[in-house]
Amino acid sequence: MARPSTSLAIEARDLVKTYPAGRGKRRAQALDSVSFEVEAGTIFGLLGPNGAGKSTSVKILSTLSRPDSGGASIAGIDVLRHPERVRKAIGFVAQKAVSDPMDTGRENLVLAGRLQGMPRAAATARAAELLERFSLGDSADRLVKTYSGGMARKLDVTIGLMHSPQVLFLDEPTTGLDPEARADMWAELESMAEAEQMTVLLTTHYLEEADHLASKLAIVDHGRVVVTGTPEELKDGLRGDAVFVELSPETDLDAALRAVSRVSGLSEILVDARTIRGRAAVGAVALPQILGALDDAALGVASATVARPSLDDVYLRYTGHSFRSGRPSLPAASPLAGAQSSGTGNTEKENAA
Amino acid sequence: MTTALTHTGILTARQLRAFMRMPAYLIMNLIQPIIWLLLFGALFKSVVNIPGFSGGGNYLEFLTPGIVMMMALFGAAWAGTSYIQDMDRGVMDRFLTSPTSRTGMIVANMLYQAVLTLIQTLVVLGVAWLAGARFGGGVVGLLILLLSAVLLTFVFAALSNAIALIARAQTALIGISQVLAFPLMFLSSAIMDTRLSPTWVQNIARFNPFEWAVIAGRDALQSSPDWPAIWAHLGLLTALVVLTTWLATRAFRAYQRSV
Repeated sequence: MARPSTSLAIEARDLVKTYPAGRGKRRAQALDSVSFEVEAGTIFGLLGPNGAGKSTSVKILSTLSRPDSGGASIAGIDVLRHPERVRKAIGFVAQKAVSDPMDTGRENLVLAGRLQGMPRAAATARAAELLERFSLGDSADRLVKTYSGGMARKLDVTIGLMHSPQVLFLDEPTTGLDPEARADMWAELESMAEAEQMTVLLTTHYLEEADHLASKLAIVDHGRVVVTGTPEELKDGLRGDAVFVELSPETDLDAALRAVSRVSGLSEILVDARTIRGRAAVGAVALPQILGALDDAALGVASATVARPSLDDVYLRYTGHSFRSGRPSLPAASPLAGAQSSGTGNTEKENAA
Repeated sequence: MTTALTHTGILTARQLRAFMRMPAYLIMNLIQPIIWLLLFGALFKSVVNIPGFSGGGNYLEFLTPGIVMMMALFGAAWAGTSYIQDMDRGVMDRFLTSPTSRTGMIVANMLYQAVLTLIQTLVVLGVAWLAGARFGGGVVGLLILLLSAVLLTFVFAALSNAIALIARAQTALIGISQVLAFPLMFLSSAIMDTRLSPTWVQNIARFNPFEWAVIAGRDALQSSPDWPAIWAHLGLLTALVVLTTWLATRAFRAYQRSV
């Protein structure tokens, strides 16, 4: 199944989709001209918060839904003109469970294979192989309703893999899983992508997941692709480290901002609760200067951190709001008198409050 | 074509597996007809004595085919429930993004409902026989009764599927069983000879597919059936099956427009 490495497995062109929003209301815009391309044999991540348009994109590409305008092709086949041919080339794992709870894992797989046109013997053999590979062999003949969340989700992925599709759509494969099951799923997906040589379109609202699994990703926000690239490209594009300084509770925020803004080489200064964040070419050089400036002004500091750019920073840069909070971070000029300390100063939680 | 047949077969098998795995549901399906038959039979026992009643001298024998069709009608009205369950999970969306035959999906559910109807019908007949009812139609009469019940099941199962796909909610199915199935049942000769009903009831009953099935089934159980009437009613039911099946297959488009 050698394919030219430059061929496109997925091509989305200016997809627009609106939904009725109830009587008398304007139609809700789910997609506002979404375009992206995915090279064959890669894992591509669509990253964005709930409601950004990830699932809608997947539904259109997988022939479930039709766009208001725009076009798409899968493995060179036009999605709107030949949906029945596209359906043979893809596997689809919806955000919701795609297994039948009243069938066993094995029955689910054989049924999926046979609906894809596999002869019974081939479907049975492939089902056994996938159940073994995804460590579901022991539960293969139990009803799916008795499966744990992690097991059921792994079964969903194997259902999508039954007929060895050229393109596999995974809509939020790890949402709702506990961290252990999620790590397990990541390992399975990585080894699967290698073994099956397929193209995977993965949607997620976990930055770590996109960073870990996707060789290339598109950040989606409000129905638009705001930036595309490899995780490394996106992070390198920020040029510089993130610096976080959490002020102690009694510190005057405005005075602290004035002091910090005088530090040379520090840009993109933002305030969230009692944490000041900025960007510097080399964080280790900027941090002592910032602390010095605050110390000179006799302003207290609770904690200080330097971090290499993360996807969260990329996200903030391109959408204007932090990924986790989903709300705009306040520009440094905003009055923040009376703001309460959010606590830890840990970079993981800087916007969680 | 062969794809549609294969898909129909494996999807019907899937529903039957689920049915066998829910013993409570199986028992419910067997108990219900007994309750209907025995309670109705007792309640209306003396209607045969009303002057002008033309359905014979034994109410249980008159009632049995009516109860068979009621079971078929009410069972089929709920057929869309399995679609709602598949929609609530991602199963429906997975089928629709695969080459699964749409016609196969509809027909499989109709066949599954028909199997339930056949089981219930045989139970009803068994109970009626134990309670003293005797039918003169023989094996042919029995087969025609079963065929009428199956055709009626097909009509309403397909309709129920179409409504499930369009409305995407269980409450809509409650709607058809209340708003559609109950009036259809009472505007027929299932439990009462319509010759004793007002003229308007008789007129409506003529166009009631449920009544077509009751007439065909009841007539076939007689020792000297009115064959032309039986074939005419079976023909009407068959035409309606084709129409509702086509409608249900079209309803997938409505569903896909909404997702």
